Amino acid sequence: MAARTVRRATAAMATGAFALTAAACTNPGTDGAGSTGPKDSAVVGIAYEPDTLSPLLGYGKDGNSKIFDGLLAFDAGMKLTPALARELPKVSADGLTYTYALRSGVTFSDGEPFTAEDVVFTYRTILDPKTNNPSRTELDALKSVEAVGDDTVVFHLKYPYAPFAERTVHAIAPEHVAGGQDVNTGAFTTKPIGTGPYVLSSWSKGEKLTFQANPAYWNGAPAVKKFTMAIIKDDDVRATRLRAGDLDGAILPPNLAAGFADDKAKKTYAATTYDYRTVTLPTHNPVAGDTAVRGALDIAVDRQTMVDKILEGAGKPAYGPVPTDSPWFARGTERRHDLAGARKILDEAGWKPGADGVRAKNGVRASFPLWYLSGDKLRQDHALAYASDARKAGIEIKTQAGTWEVIEPRMKTDAVLAGGGAPGDPDFDQYLLLKSTLAGDGFNNMAWYDNEAVDRALEDGRRTNDPAKRKAAYDTVQRELVDDPGYTFLTHIDHLYVVNDSWDGLTTQTEPHDHGLAAGPWWNVETWKPKNTGDTKK
Amino acid sequence: MSRRLPWGAMARMTGRRALAAVPVLLGVTLAVFAVAEASPFDPVKAYAGTAGLTASQENLDQLRHNLGVDRPLLTRWWEWITSALTGDLGDSSVMRRPVADVVTERLGWSVLLAATAFLVAIALGTLLGVLAGRRRGGLLDRTVSALAYTLEAAPAFWLGLLAIWFFALRLGVLPAGGLTDTASDTVTLDQVARHLVLPALVLGVSQLPWFFLYVRQGVGDALDEDPVRGARARGLAERTVLTGHALRSGMLPMLTLIGSRVPELITGALLVETVFSWPGIAAATVQAATAVDFPLLAALTVLATAAVLLGNLLSDLLYGLADPRVGFDG
Repeated sequence: MAARTVRRATAAMATGAFALTAAACTNPGTDGAGSTGPKDSAVVGIAYEPDTLSPLLGYGKDGNSKIFDGLLAFDAGMKLTPALARELPKVSADGLTYTYALRSGVTFSDGEPFTAEDVVFTYRTILDPKTNNPSRTELDALKSVEAVGDDTVVFHLKYPYAPFAERTVHAIAPEHVAGGQDVNTGAFTTKPIGTGPYVLSSWSKGEKLTFQANPAYWNGAPAVKKFTMAIIKDDDVRATRLRAGDLDGAILPPNLAAGFADDKAKKTYAATTYDYRTVTLPTHNPVAGDTAVRGALDIAVDRQTMVDKILEGAGKPAYGPVPTDSPWFARGTERRHDLAGARKILDEAGWKPGADGVRAKNGVRASFPLWYLSGDKLRQDHALAYASDARKAGIEIKTQAGTWEVIEPRMKTDAVLAGGGAPGDPDFDQYLLLKSTLAGDGFNNMAWYDNEAVDRALEDGRRTNDPAKRKAAYDTVQRELVDDPGYTFLTHIDHLYVVNDSWDGLTTQTEPHDHGLAAGPWWNVETWKPKNTGDTKK
Repeated sequence: MSRRLPWGAMARMTGRRALAAVPVLLGVTLAVFAVAEASPFDPVKAYAGTAGLTASQENLDQLRHNLGVDRPLLTRWWEWITSALTGDLGDSSVMRRPVADVVTERLGWSVLLAATAFLVAIALGTLLGVLAGRRRGGLLDRTVSALAYTLEAAPAFWLGLLAIWFFALRLGVLPAGGLTDTASDTVTLDQVARHLVLPALVLGVSQLPWFFLYVRQGVGDALDEDPVRGARARGLAERTVLTGHALRSGMLPMLTLIGSRVPELITGALLVETVFSWPGIAAATVQAATAVDFPLLAALTVLATAAVLLGNLLSDLLYGLADPRVGFDG
C-alpha cells in the first residue's frame, strides 16, 4: 500500500509537471519580439519606480503624474500654465497670498466632480505631521489653505516665497476617495483616482504600471489609449528589450543610446537637465574647508574632458546648480581650466609641495577622502577623474566607495560625490545647498557651506517677486561661489531617450536629477499623435 | 497490502510538531527584529527614497516617529507580536499597504512557482536517477552525474541569467521576466504559463541534482540487494523489478530530502524571483530586508519558517508511511 501511495503520488506529480511544461510550451510564437502593436498604445522602459501613487505621500509633486493634475502645469519650455486652475494665480502685493480660480466641470475618473475642497484636502493632508510625506519640506512656506466657495482656493504663506506657484503643480487627490482612508497605507496609495489624462489599470510592483486613457479628460481624451511603463532597472536589459521590440521607448545611458543611432525607425531625444554632479568640500575639513584649496580645485578640474569622456558628450560643464543654458545663469561665472593658476593659488596661500608631490601647510597634508555611492558607475568615474585632476595640482584625494549608511555619518568632514537638481526656480537647489542654517540638515547643505553674502542673497531672491531683483540676487550667489566655492560642481548630465518614430509631438522638458516617470519624452504622452502609418509601412 | 493508514499516530506527531513550532516561530520573529535592528540600513531613508535627500531633518525625524522606528526593539516586537496574534499583521512601510494585503496578493504566485519547480525537480530527478542508477557507470549515468555536480555548484541566479540570455535574448522563444507580457495589463492563463517556464525551470533544475543523486544512489544500491536479485531470479519483468522493488527502497532517502530541500527552495526562489521580476513574496522579502520593513519582514520570515517546518513534517510522515519500521515517534 505504502509503496503504491508513493508511486501514485510520484506519477501524479510527474504528470502534473509535464502537463504544465507542455501547456506552457504550446504557445511560443506570440512572443513580443518584432511586434510593435497598434500605434494607439505605447510601452516605455524606465529605471525608477514610484514608491507610492498617492499625491498625499509625494507622488506627482512635480507634475506630469498621468493620473492626476495640479492646479498649474509646466509646458515644454518649463513655463507655468493653468491646469485645474482656470488661470495663473493672483498674488497679493506682499507676496503672502495666492488666489486660484478653479476650472469648472472637471470630474475625477470615478465621475465625482472636482471642487475646491479637494485642493484644500490635498494640501492640508500633506501639511499634517501624521502624513508620512518625505517631500513636505518643499511646502515649508505654506501656512494655510482655504476654499472660498466651490471654485476658489486661497493659499496663505508664512513668508514671501517667490517660487510658490511652481509648487502648485502638485497633484490633487480626491477627498471623497482618500479622505476616508488611512493616508499612509490605505488602498488609495496603490489604486489612485484622479482627474488626469490616464487612469491606472494596474500596478505590478517591480514590474510595470499600465494606464488607460481617460475618455472624459477635461483637456481632451489622449490619442495614445494605452500606456505602459515597464520598470527595468538594468540598462542592458532595457536596451535589449527595446531592440527586441518589446518596448517602444526607453531611457538609456549614452553608450547604449549610441547603439540606436543608425536605426531609422527610432529617434533619440536628449533632454537637458538640472541634474548635476558635484563634490562637497566640507567646511569642517581643514583641507577641503580652506578657501585657497577650494578655489584651486575649482579651476584645476577639467570639466570639458569629463563631459567628453565620461558622458560621451551628453552633458555640459557645471559651475553651480544652475546650468549654463538657464536664463538664471550668471554670465561670466564660467571657470576656465587652469592648472597653472591653481598651482599659483596654492603656492601663494602657503600650501608648499612636499617630497611626494602632495602639498602641505603648517604640517597639514593637502589630502582628504572623497566618498561616492558604491555601484554608481557615473559617480565613480567623476570621483576618479576629479582625484586625478586634483593630484596634478598637488592635492591628494582618496576616493572611497560606500553606501549612504556609511557615508552619511562622515559628511561633516569628508567630501562626497553628490548629485541632485530640481529644474524651475533657482531657489530650489541653491537654497538647500548653500543656506548656512541648513548645514547638516538631512542631506541639505552637505558641505556645511557658510557665507553671509550668499545667505542674504538667497533670502532676497525668494522674498521678492520682482524678476530683476531676483536675477540680481542669484547673480550675487553665483559670483560669491566663484570667490568662495563650497563645492566643486562638475557636470550637468543630459538624459537620453530612444523612442520608436511612431508618434508626432514628442518633446522633452528640462529634467530634474530624479528622473522618475514624470520625465522623458512621455512627460506629455497624452498629447502624442500616432503618425500616419500609410507611408511608413508600404 | 491493504493496511489502514495510521491516522492516530500521524495526528499525534503533527500535534507534537505544531506545539514545538510555537517557540521556534516566536524566536525567529524576535531574531528577525534584532538582526534588522543591528543592520546599518535606515528604515526612514528607505521609506523617503530620493525625496529624503532634500527633506529637512525635522521632516525626517517626524517620519521616524510616525513609522514608530524610534522606539526600543523589544517594545516594537511585543506590539507586533501581540497585534499579529489578533490577526493584524501591521502595515508595510516599503509597500505602503497592510502586510496581509501584500502577502495574499503575492503568496499564490510564489507557491505556483515553487510548486512547479519542485515538481520539475522531483519528476526529472527521479526519472533520470532511475535511468542512471540502473546502469551505473554507463554513458547516461556519467553524463548526467557530471552535469548534476556542476549544477549543484551553480548559483540559481547565475542559471537564471544564463537562461534569460539563451532562451529570451538569443533564441527569443520565451519571455525574460515578469508575470505577463509588458504590453498586457490583464493576467491570462496562457501568458502566466509562458512566463512561468523559465523561472520554474531554473529553480527546478537548481534543485534537481540532489534528487537525482539520491535516487540514483538508492536505486543503484537496491538493485544489488537480495530482494531485487530474488525478484530477478523469479523471472519478473525488468520494469516490475525497477518500479516495484528498486525504486521503492530507492525512494526512501528522497522522502527526507523533500523536507530538507524546502529551505533551499525558498532561498532559491528568492534569487530566481528577483532575476525574473516574478511578483512573489520572495521578491518582496528582498525589498523588505533592505528597507528594514519590520512588519513585512517578520511576516515573511514566519511564513518561510512555517514552510520549512511543514516540509520536515511532511517528509517524516511520508517516511513513516513508506517504511513502517520508522514509525511516527516524531
